[in-house]
Amino acid sequence: MRQALEGSLAVAKAVALCRPGVVAAYPITPQTHIVENISKLVADGDLETELVSVESEFSAASVVLGAAAAGSRAYTASSSQGIMLMAEVLFNIAGLRIPMVLTCANRAVGAPLNIWNDQTDSMAVRDSGWIQLYCADNQEAVDSLIQAYRISERTEIPVMVCMDGFILTHTLEVIDIPDQGQVDAYLPEFRFQRRLDPSDPISLGALVTPEHFSEVKHSQHMAMFKALPEIVEADKDFEAQFGRCCGGLLTEHGDEEATVAILTLGSIYGTLRAAMDAHKPRKKVKLIHLRCFRPFPEAALLAALDGVKDLIVVERALSPGLGGIVGTEIKAVLSTARKPPHVHNVAVGLGGRDVPLDILPRLLEALKDGTATEFSIFDADLSKLPEEDR
Amino acid sequence: MASTDRNAERLKELRTKHGRSDASLPERPAEPAKDLRQAQPRFRGLEAGHRACQGCGEALAARLVTEAAGPDVMISNATGCLEVFTTPWPQSAWRVPWIHSLFENAAAVASGMEAALKAQGKSTKVLAFGGDGGTFDIGFQALSGMLEREHNVLYVCFDNEAYMNTGIQRSGSTPHAARTTTSPPGKARMGKRHLKKDLLSIISAHHIPYGASTSVAYPADIRRKVRRAMEIQGPTFLLVHSPCPLGWGHDGARTIEIARLAVQSGLFPLVEMERGEVTDVMPIRKPVPVAEYLKVQQRFRHLFAPDDPRALQEREHLQALADYNIEIYGLYAEEADPLDTEGADTVRRGGLAN
Repeated sequence: MRQALEGSLAVAKAVALCRPGVVAAYPITPQTHIVENISKLVADGDLETELVSVESEFSAASVVLGAAAAGSRAYTASSSQGIMLMAEVLFNIAGLRIPMVLTCANRAVGAPLNIWNDQTDSMAVRDSGWIQLYCADNQEAVDSLIQAYRISERTEIPVMVCMDGFILTHTLEVIDIPDQGQVDAYLPEFRFQRRLDPSDPISLGALVTPEHFSEVKHSQHMAMFKALPEIVEADKDFEAQFGRCCGGLLTEHGDEEATVAILTLGSIYGTLRAAMDAHKPRKKVKLIHLRCFRPFPEAALLAALDGVKDLIVVERALSPGLGGIVGTEIKAVLSTARKPPHVHNVAVGLGGRDVPLDILPRLLEALKDGTATEFSIFDADLSKLPEEDR
Repeated sequence: MASTDRNAERLKELRTKHGRSDASLPERPAEPAKDLRQAQPRFRGLEAGHRACQGCGEALAARLVTEAAGPDVMISNATGCLEVFTTPWPQSAWRVPWIHSLFENAAAVASGMEAALKAQGKSTKVLAFGGDGGTFDIGFQALSGMLEREHNVLYVCFDNEAYMNTGIQRSGSTPHAARTTTSPPGKARMGKRHLKKDLLSIISAHHIPYGASTSVAYPADIRRKVRRAMEIQGPTFLLVHSPCPLGWGHDGARTIEIARLAVQSGLFPLVEMERGEVTDVMPIRKPVPVAEYLKVQQRFRHLFAPDDPRALQEREHLQALADYNIEIYGLYAEEADPLDTEGADTVRRGGLAN
């Protein structure tokens, strides 16, 4: 049913449609509306689940770990400092190959304290072994969440669905919430093979010595690559069931023959799409939304960049002392390509700074005059800084 | 159907599944058993063949706890010796479903397991195991949360009074003046400067239905307390004093003797608490001087250095702590406790009269 809904409420409804056995979460801005809405659904009897209101994000992640290991579908959500506090458990969940879904309402990581959006939090746990899907809009946040359970339960890899805090979580959009019957048809009941069961006892989480550790890690690494076709298939089957999709691994928009491409993750993609209409570029430009960041979709990206001469990677995160995270990874991936595009990398919108529509002409201008060649925080106003810090 | 009938049926089902048929499991005799051995439970949650040190108090305590808890359980185990010596991949000494996640989240993982079982409508009991480091210190927040949310979990802390798995570093549970690798005695220090954290009182302040301390020196006491906790729907807690020959510096053959001295001296009181109140204690008939307990352990050797006035001072300090325990818990008693199994004269043959 199409409704005008706040992103967080839409996500909460999507969670309910997936029939989780256990939900555990700890409040943190901007994820709060998700847990509040889930709590309300439980209170109103619209969602039957064991809702565990824990004392920290660390325990939230640990509770869903235990719940999924005991055979229940589990859900949690967090942001920023919460993701940081969970970090140890996130690695553990992925290493134990326990399926579950987490919504990350992306927010900057302090200090300085900042509750607004950027993607430093999910980027900081990119090596945890979780699949990471980024959402361009709230419809994708809903659809990706439902797909995420299917992907996770088939691959036994946990999935993090990343949606920009406030920009998506607190924004009203017209969203189509699927009906329960359709979701049930798409998402089979959770049957975890390695679940804890007294009638067939197993030990999970044993000590692994150097003799076997590398092999365990190899299989985890390979499993991530094997998840790529599962992610594509989950989206295709979703389209067959619901009549819309999230673009599989990545989405392209604009001129197919374009020599300039702008790649981004999350809601900036929506901004850039609107900007393409508002500020029609004179050059042929295409946009790429990198939906799947882990596992890294190398082949799909290379195909999308075929014929592209200049690629601008626009990201909402920063690795101090290096530059862009996504940009750096893309440069590494392209280093083996036959005719790689020139990669330009900027960070924008850190800590919730507004990314207006004129970002598009400004980026193209910077490309023309060469100022985009070196990494920069593109929208930083250096005049606010003392001379020695510029 | 009463829940005990259901449990009995489930037990039967599990025994059959694991080839432990009822045929090899004699029904509890109506008349008293002939000897103590026959009164032992036959189910072993923790099998032999694991890699604990000789004389490991924790290994014995974990075996006793899982035996008494039975097969219809699942365990969340914190990182530590118990986890390491029982599950060197690809081997495992556990006969019950068991998961190890991290050092500080055993209680939270157990909370999740319990929530899942609740969602699935199952009655399997969740146990959480941790050492004193994972319970008194790093895992305390998760434990407090689990108790406050009233998860139906029995949390068992195997207390060997230091971080033994990482090489004997001080924990919040290390007794005052004990030597560890991070509280070494020297010219300026006499071992650990601070007191052992009174964890049981803190746990009890959560007003949980049942919390108790017990000791590996008193197997019958462990069994009774585990069974008691298993019957309660709600959060329960057991603190099991478990000597570590390596960390305490004593011969592995003396584990039980030393654990018993800790109780008899009053340094480790065995008490039961319900909803925040002390309800029972194991009485001490003849309190043993604390020095008897200290002198058999290398970790207190510096307290017996001749010509060091600090040594006597610290011994007196520890004696005062034991006297304080005896007084506030009212440990001194004339009569024998039925669960005090020291010596043949106090053993009640044929099971426990409760």
